[in-house]
Amino acid sequence: MHHLLPLLVAVPLLGAALLAATGRHLPRTVADGAACAVSAGSAALALLLLAHSSPPLTEWAGGWEPVAGHSVGILLTGDGPGLGMAALVCVLTLAALAYSRRSLDEPPHGHAGAFPALVLVFQAGMCGFAIAGDLFNAFVWFELMSVVAYALTGHRVEEARAVQGALAFAVVNSLGAYALLMGIALLYARTGELALARIGDALDAHGPPDALVLAGFVLVLTGLLVKAAAVPFQFWLPDAHAVAPTPVCMLLSGVMVELGVFGVWRVYDTVFSGPGGLPAADAERVLTVLGAATAVTGAVMCWHQRHIKRLLAYSTIAHTGLFLIGLGTLTPEGDDGVALYVVGHAGVKAALFACAGILLDRYGSVDEHVLHGRARPLRGVAVMVVAGALGLAGLPPFGTALGKSFAEEAAGGPFTVLYVLTSAVTAAAVLRVAARVFLGLGPTPREAGGEGAEDAYETTGSGEEPESGRRMARVPDTMTAVPALLLAGALAAGAVPGFGTAVARAVSGATTAGLVHTSVHWTPLGVGLGLLSSLLAVALAAVAVARPGRLAVPGRALPLRRLQSGHIGDYVAWLLVGTTVLGVLALPAVLSG
Amino acid sequence: MTALTHVLPYLVAVWVFLAGCYGLATSRDLIHAVGCLSVCQAATYVLLLAVGYRDGGTAPVFSDVTPGSRPVVDPVVQALALTDVVVGATVTALLLALVVQVAKRHGTVDPDELSELRG
Amino acid sequence: MRLWLVAVGGAGLAALLVAACLRLPGFGGDRHPYGDRAVEAALSRHTANTVSSVTFDQRAFDTLGEMSILFAAVLGSVVLLRQTRDEHRARPEPAAVSRPVRRYALLVLPVALLTGLYVIAHGQVSPGGGFQGGVVAATALHLLYLGADYRALERLRPLAPYEAADALAASSYLVTGLAALLAGSAFLANTLLPYGTFNTLASAGTVPLLNAAIGMEVACAVVVLLAGFLDQAVEIVDEGEHDEHAEHDGGGKTGGNAADGGDHDDSGKRGK
Repeated sequence: MHHLLPLLVAVPLLGAALLAATGRHLPRTVADGAACAVSAGSAALALLLLAHSSPPLTEWAGGWEPVAGHSVGILLTGDGPGLGMAALVCVLTLAALAYSRRSLDEPPHGHAGAFPALVLVFQAGMCGFAIAGDLFNAFVWFELMSVVAYALTGHRVEEARAVQGALAFAVVNSLGAYALLMGIALLYARTGELALARIGDALDAHGPPDALVLAGFVLVLTGLLVKAAAVPFQFWLPDAHAVAPTPVCMLLSGVMVELGVFGVWRVYDTVFSGPGGLPAADAERVLTVLGAATAVTGAVMCWHQRHIKRLLAYSTIAHTGLFLIGLGTLTPEGDDGVALYVVGHAGVKAALFACAGILLDRYGSVDEHVLHGRARPLRGVAVMVVAGALGLAGLPPFGTALGKSFAEEAAGGPFTVLYVLTSAVTAAAVLRVAARVFLGLGPTPREAGGEGAEDAYETTGSGEEPESGRRMARVPDTMTAVPALLLAGALAAGAVPGFGTAVARAVSGATTAGLVHTSVHWTPLGVGLGLLSSLLAVALAAVAVARPGRLAVPGRALPLRRLQSGHIGDYVAWLLVGTTVLGVLALPAVLSG
Repeated sequence: MTALTHVLPYLVAVWVFLAGCYGLATSRDLIHAVGCLSVCQAATYVLLLAVGYRDGGTAPVFSDVTPGSRPVVDPVVQALALTDVVVGATVTALLLALVVQVAKRHGTVDPDELSELRG
Repeated sequence: MRLWLVAVGGAGLAALLVAACLRLPGFGGDRHPYGDRAVEAALSRHTANTVSSVTFDQRAFDTLGEMSILFAAVLGSVVLLRQTRDEHRARPEPAAVSRPVRRYALLVLPVALLTGLYVIAHGQVSPGGGFQGGVVAATALHLLYLGADYRALERLRPLAPYEAADALAASSYLVTGLAALLAGSAFLANTLLPYGTFNTLASAGTVPLLNAAIGMEVACAVVVLLAGFLDQAVEIVDEGEHDEHAEHDGGGKTGGNAADGGDHDDSGKRGK
């Protein structure tokens, strides 16, 4: 069975290569169908492997089995979390491909295969990263998914915003990747190994952590946290998500960002959790402080958006912060909760992006103010947006709610409040959009003109072009079926009894801490908190719609919004500050040792 | 050998990386910025190859060296650097393609004048 | 404010990295456990060039990713540099090339092409391999652009077959890997072919096969990538620009040609 692990990468890549080779001569239907078939096949493979992942599968690529404990090959790790992420990647890719079938404009002549082929390569890169057990190999797949993501984000080259957003994305992420590589080189210098577990062993053998371990930790984490869009590395994400084609947004927000979080978990757990790595207290401090800052920033910025895709992008940032806090507890319950939360969030967020894409294709705008009351006929979409918003808030029985309740119980104390507030605010922003756009509630917002400083720092959603090339008269069935299925999946993740426990078992089987079986089920407290944040979200949205002036005080978040300047130089400067902050947060580890 | 020569190559890599970052942050031209990113990446080449060096070592190619007769440098970092070079070249190509399109759509390659995405 | 951020962040990062460097093992040290194992493993599989053995045998899975990155960049730049609706193609003008340049280019072209192929073929024996040789071979073709003109290059380099060959080369790398899996060992295992005689062309098992696939992939990828940029520089103009051109041509034939010639020189340098 373990020999099949590399196929998770090889199958989509082969599909992409064949599509690219023949794409010039294929009609679009055939190209799209073939791509869907390939990603469905790899999804089936991922689920099959996932079913056999206890005990974790390991495979040495190229058959270089270790001799006397040492190997020259590359280790692939098929454990629960890795294969789970890979399965999530495959399923979401399938959804995105099915959605793009009708949502995207007819490709230029001779390029029918290019978009689906790129999506398949993207899938391969993400799967490869999910199952990598070797630090440099993880870097290679990390780069592959980044490179494809840049190209996909800038796919609509006719639009000025698209190319600008893609460029900022590419520059910041590439710099993060080079920082990651510097970190790999430092760790290789100390340990002479590249497999994650071997590096961990060698660090432990060397003794307590010193400046070199600290630098390795900071640089590797910089690369991963840039991908995870943690504060202050998050600036690229709204710019990229606001401009990428909708199916690509579904993948970026639904699973690529989460893979950054997954990478942090994998690297800390396998490399730095031993006595030669970073003491638990310091790792906890790093992750929870950054996570809290990320959650707050994401939630505040999310509330102040009117560009719907940008709003969703900020809500992804906010939730990433919550994931980081959950991991930062370094407890099995926290890990289980985050794993479930990621699964539920992927379904909900991808569905919400799909709905935003429907608005864009139908009305040629994603601006909350411009669309006021215009989408009344789209009842089904309205229901899905509201359901998605409640999923974000963590209304039981969504998978997000179950995951969140576990993570917040593990985090405890003030973090519980942060969990409730963050999820409530992001959900309230989406509910506010739904109330205005689909129901036409509240006063019609005045058209924003050039009214002084605040408007210069606002991105409206009105300058967008429909991705389908022209406005659709009616919404195709596949475009509504995909978000409906995704929401159903997110609901099932929480509602199907035993799913949570299965996820928990898969996660705990993989940690180096050993087998700690936690049974994941609804607790009264978790249900209560979920209901509380949902109610809070509804209340906030109601106030915002009925009395727009009361909650949206323009000047209050302005300092934060000014930071999002759209300037690549600023983003790079913040990245440097971020590495310093990481170093300072983790510094006590070295001073005490 | 003094202590300085034992760390100098590493310090060069650090210097190159920071210089690239400074250039990237203060760049007034996107093509220059892409160049600065390549400078950052050059730091990773220097660091990788410096890490793999062995005193008196020759290239790890045995077509004209009898195995075992001379020390050879670490071949693994060379393979890693090769991967790194390919990654760098492709990223640069994609970035330049994006810059070409930015120049066309915005009429400028000065990041100070790109102000579409804010807030 | 940005400078302050850079100063703070840069200083912090500098302090961290310098502190780390002081703790690194001294430059030129003798402890390279993975490197030593890699040399042994290369020799056991009759591969004289250890770097090739690491790239195409021991860590061939990395190279798969690396190749995919290149493949993705080609697909991506074809998409990003496509001709958009408001643009159209201008026919490149023939350009005058001075005779020494032409002679030199046409003389060196076959030599450079052959060198590229040689470097690819000897990857398992001597320094070089698919990546290095592929780039040399691809740039050799572009000497035609320097020696003749863009139209001559376009005749020699119809893009569609190169794009297809790029994808097929990528598939052949994958198929070689899958063949090993089907034959009962692991994906990308070097078990299909005999290891041959050390230090000859027929050595190292499947390394030469993967090497050749990579060589072809890289050569085609570089050709397509350069073509994307050259097209942008030489052929694709948007509507407004084209009108200007037309006016220019109407005003004086020679003026238009001179401007074109300048364009050519410019992009030629970039192509190099």
